[in-house]
Amino acid sequence: MKQAQTHLARLESESIEIMREVISETDNPVMLYSVGKDSAVMLHLAKKAFYPSLPPFPLLHVDTTWKFKDMYKLRDKVAKVTKMELIVHQNPKAKEKGINPFDHGVLHTDIWKTEGLKQALDKYRFDAAFGGARRDEEKSRAKERVFSFRTAQHLWEPRVQRPELWSLYNARKAKGESMRIFPLSNWTELDIWQYIYVENIEIVPLYFAAPRPTVIRNGMLIMVDDDRFPLEMGEKPVIRSIRFRTLGCYPLTGAIESKASTLIEIIQEMLLTTTSERQGRIIDKDQGVSMEAKKQQGYF
Amino acid sequence: MDKVYEIDTLIAKDINAYLESHQNKLLLRFITCGSVDDGKSTLIGRLLYDSKMIFEDQLAQLKVDSKKMGTQGNKIDFALLVDGLAAEREQGITIDVSYRFFSTKKRKFIVVDTPGHEQYTRNMVTGASTADLAVILIDARKGMLTQTCRHSYLCHLLGIQNFVLVVNKMDLVDYNQEVFDSIVYNYYEFAKRIGIQNLTSIPISGLKGDNITIRSDSTPWYNGLTLIDHLESIKLGQTGDKTQNFCMPVQWVNRPNSDFRGFSGKITAGSIKIGEEVVILPSKKTSHVERIVTFDGDLNMASNGQSVTITLKDEIDCSRGQIISSSNSPPKVADQFNTTLIWMDEKKLIPGRAYYMKIGVQTVMATIAEPKYEINVNTLEHMAADSLKLNSIGVAILTTDVSIPFTPYAENKTLGGFILIDKFTNSTVGAGLINFALRRTQNIHWQNVNITRDDHAILKKQKPAVIWLTGISGSGKSTIANAVEKKLNRMNRHTFLLDGDNIRHGLNKDLGFTEVDRIENIRRVGEVAKLMTDAGLIVITAFISPFESERQIVRKMMSPGEFIEVFINTPLHIAEKRDVKGLYSKARLGQLKNFTGIDSPYEPPEKPEINIDTTSMSIDEAAEKIIKKLFSF
Ligand SMILES: Nc1nc2c(ncn2[C@@H]2O[C@H](COP(=O)(O)OP(=O)(O)OP(=O)(O)O)[C@@H](O)[C@H]2O)c(=O)[nH]1
Ligand SMILES: [Mg+2]
Repeated sequence: MKQAQTHLARLESESIEIMREVISETDNPVMLYSVGKDSAVMLHLAKKAFYPSLPPFPLLHVDTTWKFKDMYKLRDKVAKVTKMELIVHQNPKAKEKGINPFDHGVLHTDIWKTEGLKQALDKYRFDAAFGGARRDEEKSRAKERVFSFRTAQHLWEPRVQRPELWSLYNARKAKGESMRIFPLSNWTELDIWQYIYVENIEIVPLYFAAPRPTVIRNGMLIMVDDDRFPLEMGEKPVIRSIRFRTLGCYPLTGAIESKASTLIEIIQEMLLTTTSERQGRIIDKDQGVSMEAKKQQGYF
Repeated sequence: MDKVYEIDTLIAKDINAYLESHQNKLLLRFITCGSVDDGKSTLIGRLLYDSKMIFEDQLAQLKVDSKKMGTQGNKIDFALLVDGLAAEREQGITIDVSYRFFSTKKRKFIVVDTPGHEQYTRNMVTGASTADLAVILIDARKGMLTQTCRHSYLCHLLGIQNFVLVVNKMDLVDYNQEVFDSIVYNYYEFAKRIGIQNLTSIPISGLKGDNITIRSDSTPWYNGLTLIDHLESIKLGQTGDKTQNFCMPVQWVNRPNSDFRGFSGKITAGSIKIGEEVVILPSKKTSHVERIVTFDGDLNMASNGQSVTITLKDEIDCSRGQIISSSNSPPKVADQFNTTLIWMDEKKLIPGRAYYMKIGVQTVMATIAEPKYEINVNTLEHMAADSLKLNSIGVAILTTDVSIPFTPYAENKTLGGFILIDKFTNSTVGAGLINFALRRTQNIHWQNVNITRDDHAILKKQKPAVIWLTGISGSGKSTIANAVEKKLNRMNRHTFLLDGDNIRHGLNKDLGFTEVDRIENIRRVGEVAKLMTDAGLIVITAFISPFESERQIVRKMMSPGEFIEVFINTPLHIAEKRDVKGLYSKARLGQLKNFTGIDSPYEPPEKPEINIDTTSMSIDEAAEKIIKKLFSF
């Protein structure tokens, strides 16, 4: 990003500034790496922020064992190429109880993701965690600070957030308390895609349209990524040309039918679409402020 | 009249051309402000909706929500698009700022919706600090209110250059021109007095959409621009920052290996080229730029707004918080300032107390004198004030513990704006702007003396020190202090004991027990102890000294290693049982106010040099332990 004054260059510079503040003002930061497009951008920015040093923190993947196969593939490749430490955490309790998206519904996300994240942060005593959330994603996210304070129980208290003026971030906290840091706060979905395009950042192939085996569940187009997926009697997955706007656990992530197989086509399609990117996420769908409730309990 | 903004046809026709144009669109950050219920959130919801930023699934949800909340009958409640917190939706008010994004063919916008409620002014300030333009809303039925004035004042104070006065809810006053004119007249009067220059006014209805994206037939008497046309066409680029000389606060020292030492930061003013001379502040050492390193390759030149890593030709000392600046007219350095403060905490400002001050990327300790005055936001009068409470704005002298590079806020925001952080709760309790530096401390010169503090100490054959005992009333401070002094005296050491009760009979007899007086009490004792160490003495003090921040100030006054903090650690219930002076029972009966441990807090030391547990140690053992430690330094 060489031009000084483009919009993306300004966003990039701001994110870099945020990341450098974090490693200077916190003791033990970590970057949450979910393998999605926002994580990809965030990681790319981290490389830039600390170059020629390696980003001075590990990557943490809170795994649910239900992500798409392609995501695991890219995750392991990225860890190898960047030479950064990758911590993969799977909630042992969820594993033991066999928590899964088919039998346990909302619990699946609560236990694997929310509980898993808290466990991992406590286990490694991370006091700051970078997340790739953006304010344009959802209306309670739009309310969040860049440096978002969490109590020792990982709770977010939206009603008493610290004032955050200019780019003066207050990272002070007592023992046990922590910060969530959102360096992409001011990026929009379009900014992310354009940045991936100009910077040539590798993303999971699932973002590009290709023929894939699908079924329809609850009005959503679900990709059958492995044989754990319970098909109905005599049901056969249908091959459709699909892609994803956002990635999560494969049985909970809705695809869209699309022919967009290049970045520029994706961007074009996104600009012409009439639905939001979160529409494909079952987790955000339950009632109005569910994201806020989840965030209060410690979900990212 | 909905959706006048159709999706740009260029997207389908030539996506590359569209993206190119999108990249070059200027970004305008603006906030909406004004009093509670003036319609800020509704207006923003309307802007998002009209500029087609609302997706179908979101719209469907909005319709469901609107019905559920039932505020607008069967119509859409646009405020629900921005009031994203459960508590906000229940009460129909905005609590915290919300950042929303939208773009039109001409511009990109980040709009910050702020709460009108006075209680949440600090959140409004958060949004205002980064805005280029303020949209001030006034309810046509209500006219100007205190919050209209407060918000306007704050926006102007924080350096916002452009103002739009929007008279909202025109539908409820029959689109009456006289109503509009009289509000505009009153507001202009006020705006002129606070110094607002660029001001435009528009009559609108956020609910009905009049004069927002399209001109309204209901206001034929209005011939200005619609709100969106105005936002798209207003001239940008006047940030108010006047400094042109290169300046970069060092955020992080980049050391991948022993051959590379770079200074990473974001340039906050001017530009720099390879080979140019720079000066490091506050040390004033100079060097030349060797490389400007980025992930995308080295640069020959970098300018304001870019995040880079700079290496220098010489091996000079430079660390986080220092500033690399062009060597011609670098920022000045000072330690005392005239500042304007915005107080943002429920607990009011305590003059004399130390707060963390974050300015640029540096954190220092700052104390604030009693305010010169508080500003009445309605009348702009200066009112006498001995403190600042939540949401008050005032002017006060601020002193930092070390000298810091700065520029007045009016010239550059990054080195002129700061936040204050409570040392105990870690909350951000205030924000401030540097108006100018004072030269007071510089003008009182130190008188040179021929006999130095070392000479005094050598004559007495001892190393001076302050043994600072802290603990609640009745914990045993005086008793142990006495025992320590007796032992030292027998060892032929020159000592002096400063005891709380005694000092309060003389030097500090003008002080009471309020938080402010307690702080001043400790400050004076600290200064006296300091003079005594200069005279070569070993000073023993016995003061409750309940606040960590004051103890730290005293620690900072002393030479390194000369301050020995001793925590006389006695649990409250035991001290209360002892109640040697009968004070606890009085306090319990309410006959004594501000009594430490009862109705005034005691903050135990974070890292005392010595911890004395009086429940497991005799007085003699305690004294021995302290003396042993004293001689080990
Ligand atoms: N008739 C009419 N009502 C309006 C208009 N704009 C807003 N309202 C109503 O005024 C009420 C308050 O609107 P909000 O948008 O929540 O006000 P606000 O300024 O955001 O309030 P706070 O954020 O709490 O300070 C709601 O019931 C709106 O529907 C308007 O132009 N005409
Ligand atoms: Mg509102």
